[in-house]
Amino acid sequence: MSNVVDARGLSCPQPVILTLNAIKRTAEDELTVLVDTETAKENTIRAAGSQGWTITNTQREEGFYGLTFRKE
Amino acid sequence: MRNSFATKWGIIFVGIIIGILAALLQYWGNPANMGVCVACFLRDIAGALGLHRAEVVQYMRPEIMGFVLGSFVAAYLFKEFKPRLGSAPIVRFVLGFFAMIGALIFLGCPWRAVLRLAGGDFNAILGLIGLAAGIWIGTIFLKSGYTLGSSHKTYKSAGLIFPVFMLVLLVLMILNPAITGENKSGMIFYSIKGPGSLHAPLLISLVVGLGIGFLAQRSRFCTMGAIRDLVLFKQTHLFAGLVSLLISAFVMNLLLGQFNPGFAEQPVAHSMHVWNFAGMMLAGLAFTLAGGCPGRQLFLSGEGDGDAAVFVIGMLAGAAFSHNFGLASSGTGATTPGIAALFIGLAACLTIGFTMKESI
Repeated sequence: MSNVVDARGLSCPQPVILTLNAIKRTAEDELTVLVDTETAKENTIRAAGSQGWTITNTQREEGFYGLTFRKE
Repeated sequence: MRNSFATKWGIIFVGIIIGILAALLQYWGNPANMGVCVACFLRDIAGALGLHRAEVVQYMRPEIMGFVLGSFVAAYLFKEFKPRLGSAPIVRFVLGFFAMIGALIFLGCPWRAVLRLAGGDFNAILGLIGLAAGIWIGTIFLKSGYTLGSSHKTYKSAGLIFPVFMLVLLVLMILNPAITGENKSGMIFYSIKGPGSLHAPLLISLVVGLGIGFLAQRSRFCTMGAIRDLVLFKQTHLFAGLVSLLISAFVMNLLLGQFNPGFAEQPVAHSMHVWNFAGMMLAGLAFTLAGGCPGRQLFLSGEGDGDAAVFVIGMLAGAAFSHNFGLASSGTGATTPGIAALFIGLAACLTIGFTMKESI
């Protein structure tokens, strides 16, 4: 679990910025993003999708989501 | 569960509905080109509570209570009511404070800027360009790591404070109804002339406010985010909502005979282009640093976001200062103290942007 972005509790649009930065930097083809609101979840899925990363898993944890993205 | 309001067509639908309702609110009695204005209405509420004594802008606008409570209901029903707080509240207060000072120099928040344009007030173009400029400056800070830090989960009762505050204001208003020809009823002030005296019937304002609050919570409608996401990510999702609001309000204004194109003699507006631009630039920067337009801050407050609530309280305080110290513009234009406050606000927001960042 090295490729994890923790965007919990951050205001708009920081979860998206952190996700896009991670996508730009990573050499791997999988990325996990932690968010704690529905809005941040929708926004990161939309932004990652625009970069060709699809959501493969949504893990519901206590008070937050773990979103797993995979490069197409 | 799929949220169809958060899709592209969903937000376009919400924008259209808000545009129609805003134009209708004007038709039903709200001031011209002010069907919905979060800044103006918070200023009127500050006046109704006697936080300032500008006699022409005192009315307890039920739309605002509706926004928060409608959002609260939507969030609660869809299990999105998440009490949270603790992300630099004092900074958010300052941002709300100066956002209001900037908005009252222009005479409107982004919502009203769009509604003014839809009503033919071309001065709004300067305001909208200023708004975009302020947002653009904000995105530079965001790209260089600006953050107010994380909020954290809190008690349910803490998240309920702001919705309950809105409910209390509504009850106060109902217990102290307007008395014709009187500027005070019990503890509540009412304008007997000026924009504060123009309003749709209480029940209509409240129901429309509740409806917009509900829809905006579901769709995450945000007028600042619309421009910010376009500048920052070239993403048109929220922007589509803003444009559909503009178009639907414009069409409704044409149908209702409320479209009066021009620069001069526009209602609750002035033609000092530089200060229309600069006022909204300050507001746009403050909204961007706080992560949402004033409407969005109300909807977030309804979801239990205590930091957004502090921003709104900052706006109320900013409105009180604006009118107590003559910072707000009038139909004749911006004031010298207002221009001084504008530069102080810009300095404050730039300091916040430059100093509050993490290395990324």
